[in-house]
Amino acid sequence: MHELSIVMSIVDIAEAQVKKNHARQVDAIELEIGELAGVEPDAFDFAWPSAVKGTVLDHAQKEIRHVPGRALCHECDGEFVLHEAFDSCPACGSFVYNILQGKELRVKSLVLS
Amino acid sequence: MCATCGCDHSENGINITRVSAEVFQPMASRAGYLLQANSHAHSVLQKVVQAEQDILARNNQLAQHNRIHFDAAGVFVINLVSSPGSGKTALLERTLRDLQTALPFAVIEGDLQTTNDANRIAATGAPVVQINTGKGCHLDADMVHRAWHELNPPERSILFIENVGNLVCPAMFDLGEHARVAIISVTEGTDKPLKYPDMFASSQLCIINKIDLLTYTDFDVQRARAYCRQINPMIEFIELSVTKGFGMDEWYAWLKKQPRHSVTRDKLSLCTN
Repeated sequence: MHELSIVMSIVDIAEAQVKKNHARQVDAIELEIGELAGVEPDAFDFAWPSAVKGTVLDHAQKEIRHVPGRALCHECDGEFVLHEAFDSCPACGSFVYNILQGKELRVKSLVLS
Repeated sequence: MCATCGCDHSENGINITRVSAEVFQPMASRAGYLLQANSHAHSVLQKVVQAEQDILARNNQLAQHNRIHFDAAGVFVINLVSSPGSGKTALLERTLRDLQTALPFAVIEGDLQTTNDANRIAATGAPVVQINTGKGCHLDADMVHRAWHELNPPERSILFIENVGNLVCPAMFDLGEHARVAIISVTEGTDKPLKYPDMFASSQLCIINKIDLLTYTDFDVQRARAYCRQINPMIEFIELSVTKGFGMDEWYAWLKKQPRHSVTRDKLSLCTN
């Protein structure tokens, strides 16, 4: 359940932004979570309410942008969609490729008041 | 909030204990301001902040800070990861006993509860600190930083960090280590690398332990190696049995070839607590 640590890191980022901008609370938070980031959406949603309780995120509306995985194959130079980390290239079967996107784990924006 | 009970104290639930042989027992699309009218007469001033902050950035920065400590002291740091029961502590006990005259060692033990593992390590004479994470399922760079200052390992030593027995959560958290070593034992499933790929993808060495029990299990060493390589083409393997001693020489040779030079750059940025 490292998702709890992840949510707590988001709380830390939100608290720092609220302080820096002399705000009181976060009304909305936009997160970017890649398909290959190792975050289980159900576990994340389960951890969220208990981790944000009593913090500046307590009443924040959470919007998650899921980023699909994409990779570039080293063998055949083809670009492909990667749903699971460590799947093979669908064109040539190679496991040697660069992940282009899908590992994102970011706080994109916050609406503070 | 702490990861253990939800209380307000971030350090609650995590205990760092030095154990010695003597002491033994114990959304918005653009930046700017928005004036938003709500359902009744007031208006609320809102500010949109484009944060673009990596959620693991703080852990990664602390891991980098740890790495500077490790390099300044010339300490080579190994993060040992595996499922519970693969033999991490037993491997350490034997290694420390066999090599204690050849190499200086120190150990950070990570477990949810008890100082049992640290007591086993302390009995070998090696300096050891126990981190109890409470209910936390992995070590992070901050815990290791605190343990580092508590332990203060000898210069040019090898520091083992025995992570919490868990093949999922520790994979995401850089501790500042130089090498990550994953252990699987032949009493586990052959397909473990495929089931927990992140851990094997981020490890430099895979130790296959309990090799003496191979005739009693269905474990297929060649297939397990192939699965590992499929995820991480660069990973190295050592097959051994801690209890019988097979293959330990290869592990010791691997340890001895790791660099332990003090790097003086960045020493000014070191903290003392």
